[in-house]
Amino acid sequence: MSHSPTTIPEHHPALVHQFDSMEQQREASTFGMWVFLLTEIMMFGGLFAAYLIYRIKYYDAFVAGSTSIDVTWGFVNTLVLIGSSLTMALAVSAAQRGARRGAQLFIVLTMILGTVFLGIKGIEYHQKYVEHHIPGGIFGRFDAVSNYPGQEPNIAEEVAKEKERVEKLSPEAAEQASKQIAKQTEIFFCFYFAMTGLHALHMIIGLILMTWLLVQVQRLNIGPEYYTPVELSGLYWHFVDIVWIYLFPLLYLINRTHAK
Amino acid sequence: MAEEKHAHPTHKVYYLVFLALVIGTVLTWRVAFIDLGPLNPVIALTIACTKATLVILFFMHIWYSSTLTKITIAAGVFWLLILITLSLTDYLTRGIIKPL
Repeated sequence: MSHSPTTIPEHHPALVHQFDSMEQQREASTFGMWVFLLTEIMMFGGLFAAYLIYRIKYYDAFVAGSTSIDVTWGFVNTLVLIGSSLTMALAVSAAQRGARRGAQLFIVLTMILGTVFLGIKGIEYHQKYVEHHIPGGIFGRFDAVSNYPGQEPNIAEEVAKEKERVEKLSPEAAEQASKQIAKQTEIFFCFYFAMTGLHALHMIIGLILMTWLLVQVQRLNIGPEYYTPVELSGLYWHFVDIVWIYLFPLLYLINRTHAK
Repeated sequence: MAEEKHAHPTHKVYYLVFLALVIGTVLTWRVAFIDLGPLNPVIALTIACTKATLVILFFMHIWYSSTLTKITIAAGVFWLLILITLSLTDYLTRGIIKPL
């Protein structure tokens, strides 16, 4: 393998003065990146904990909200993101072998898959917008749902069902109950948009990071001794993938069995 | 788990992990439509945890990293579990004991 003539000088040009060796520098960088990722885990963790508490409290409303989301898009998006994790892993591997072109190719592939993910997310958000499922404002004007073909008006059904159930007890209670489940479903969508929105924001940051990385791979003498920028960007990208691995079952698949 | 220099998984490992992740995703999706009662979320989360572990171990190279890095991640997971379990022990047990 032939790279530039600067192989094994006194020390590697990327070695900064506070470190004794490239090995030690890489270890410190990896440690630092993981500490950053731990703060990310705690940020998403807070949302996941709050989500779990409300899911247990308002289970029926959360099922209604969850069922109204198109599961096929969520499934396809999971595959897209897993694919992008594979191409990112291959980019790191190429960078480690000093294959600059290969690394750039896989970074571009990762960016394409990331963009596809965001595009599909956009389609999903648009569906929710059309259905008046975005919290606040006109949330829950469920009569509008029937104008959107192919979508089951699950929340409207759920509200009607709950109303019917309580109506047998008393009409005032029925009115109260249907209002309540609509409110609780709105809470589900607050979580849906907060969690997928924060995740999508991380994807956008990831895409900016990848653009920067393309330039870095071009400029730096990437090889077995030094490929830290690619390695750490990879860690970030895989982390975002892991968040989605949890978001998919928790938001899309609360209860799809129609066995209630 | 040797702490060799620059130890990284081979491409075969990457493709196998990718295959496992795809199978896990398809499984999560299909199983969600079968009524297994309280087992549904348990299975979904078990698969999700397995997938996350695979990504961390191989895509993120933790299988090949130093003990320091491994402990760092273990600490993060432990802290996340504290956040979730201690919050839930509060919320899930409210109202069980009636005030005097």
